[in-house]
Amino acid sequence: MAEKYDCLIIGAGMSGLAAGIRLGMYGKKVCILEKHTIPGGLNSYYKRKSHLLDVGLHALTNFAPKGTRSGPLPKIFRQLRIPYDTFKLSPQVKSKIVFPEHELTFTNNIDDLISEVHQNFPHETDGFLKLIEKIKSHNALSLSDSYLSAKEVVGEYIKDSILKEMIFTPPLIYGSAWENDMDFSQFVIMFESLYLEGLSRPFGGVRTILSSLEEKIKKLGIEIRYRSGVKRIITQDNKAVGVELLNGEILKTDKILSSAGLPETMNMVKEETPTYLTGGLSFTESILILKDRPKTFGADSTLIFYNNDKIYKYQKPKTLVDFDSAVVCFPNNFEKDDLNEGVVRITNIANFKKWDDLDRKSYLIEKEKVYQNSLKLIKKLYPGFNHEVIYKDVFTPKTVKRFTGHLGGAVYGSPEKKKDGTTAFKDLYICGTDQGFLGIVGSMLSGISMANLHVLMGNK
Amino acid sequence: MNPQEVRTNVVDIIADIALDEDTSNLKGDVSLRDQLDLDSMDFLDIVMELKKRHKIEVPQEDFPKLATLDSCVEYLTPKFIH
Ligand SMILES: Cc1cc2nc3c(=O)[nH]c(=O)nc-3n(C[C@H](O)[C@H](O)[C@H](O)COP(=O)(O)OP(=O)(O)OC[C@H]3O[C@@H](n4cnc5c(N)ncnc54)[C@H](O)[C@@H]3O)c2cc1C
Repeated sequence: MAEKYDCLIIGAGMSGLAAGIRLGMYGKKVCILEKHTIPGGLNSYYKRKSHLLDVGLHALTNFAPKGTRSGPLPKIFRQLRIPYDTFKLSPQVKSKIVFPEHELTFTNNIDDLISEVHQNFPHETDGFLKLIEKIKSHNALSLSDSYLSAKEVVGEYIKDSILKEMIFTPPLIYGSAWENDMDFSQFVIMFESLYLEGLSRPFGGVRTILSSLEEKIKKLGIEIRYRSGVKRIITQDNKAVGVELLNGEILKTDKILSSAGLPETMNMVKEETPTYLTGGLSFTESILILKDRPKTFGADSTLIFYNNDKIYKYQKPKTLVDFDSAVVCFPNNFEKDDLNEGVVRITNIANFKKWDDLDRKSYLIEKEKVYQNSLKLIKKLYPGFNHEVIYKDVFTPKTVKRFTGHLGGAVYGSPEKKKDGTTAFKDLYICGTDQGFLGIVGSMLSGISMANLHVLMGNK
Repeated sequence: MNPQEVRTNVVDIIADIALDEDTSNLKGDVSLRDQLDLDSMDFLDIVMELKKRHKIEVPQEDFPKLATLDSCVEYLTPKFIH
């Protein structure tokens, strides 16, 4: 008979790795099962023609200077016993929200954004300050809130619709599984993580985060299996008891934590399950390696949230890609530049179905169009840009689906979240994206919280 | 184990949880929450470490007894039997 695990973790993304470390620290017999050959999931890396490329890292949110004790990032460091200096965080320089007639700059000091709001929208200063107070006093990490429209709540404080759209742009594109609006608690999390705490980059990018987690896993002797996709979750009397891997192997367990997503996880259960919505929001991203650093053509910001309209359309486009808005990331433009070459990444909102329907030839043509549009946008923002691109790559919603298994290539998962992690089945829990804490920091915190709540405490 | 040894053991645990903190001058009578911003997740870890290292069980209703270093020592000394 096969040996039985205390807990199986599906997925070696940020949440699965963090959950695994927590359980391994306290002697649980765990195994992390990952379909792919490397860890990271949505936040991974690859190498092409000697260029090291990151997938899901523009910037780490929730910056905390050394010595800070509260907030999500210090909490993660403590819970995983990672010393602060391991990530060698370099803070952002500044980021911009660019609309047709207005620009707002923000930094890791909220006072800068307050004075930008004051200069551009003087009548809204008071409302903005009150909104910040409201956000600071809101308990966003409660695991039980129901959906409350953030646009409605913020509308009570901010009257100017353009300012409102501008403030919403980064929180939506960096963390909403809902179209054009988001749950107020999620907005609070994003507002704090982007504007109040701020952005930074670990020295060496995604690899630094992943290798520190992998090192912990190795040290603790936690079992991690790559090329081990889970085909089926085995249930008995409405309780999860094991999994069947794609190669037919069966593993028995007391509990399962799945980071594969809510609808994706339910699809692995053969019994009848509730149905959940597939997320509609996916992206394309152009990654450009440049001959020169972005500073040489005048780009000195870290991130640019670009929108070519008064309204920010955060929704599944009717076309392959929405070129009216984009996030432009310059990874060189953190306080310390740790890269060997100049890099720009341009992210656009995209329609999974449209990409999925293309035949091979049209797919390549459309990818090239995305790239050409990215060049156009950089040129528009920085007329001094001279097109010297030495390497480029474009990924699409199909790429996201292929590498992470998220249905619809949905980067932020299903619009239906399971904040307490429970499912219709006993001993089967959701962590990561569809538990509801998003982004790199959020998903690690999710893995930690769910491991604590359902496995470490649940066992007492 | 005498109270001083118990204190050392508890401080060792706290030092491993709050890796970046100087724990050599912790005050005995001020709450750990206030001195180090320890939260409920951290207290859970203190309890888990006590169990892992010293086989000591602390039931949930007794968590408040771990509020300060002094109260930890008072509560835990009888439990460290060897
Ligand atoms: C282009 C892009 C840019 C981003 N930029 C940022 C950013 O700047 N800052 C930030 O904080 N966040 C960013 N993110 C988001 C961040 O990367 C994710 O929110 C986070 O990594 C999610 O982690 P997770 O563990 O919840 O899920 P995932 O990373 O999706 O992990 C799930 C894992 O499960 C595995 N899996 C799925 N099904 C199975 C199965 N059946 N069997 C075995 N394994 C399975 C998958 O292969 C995957 O490894 C970005 C994402 C993208 C795509």
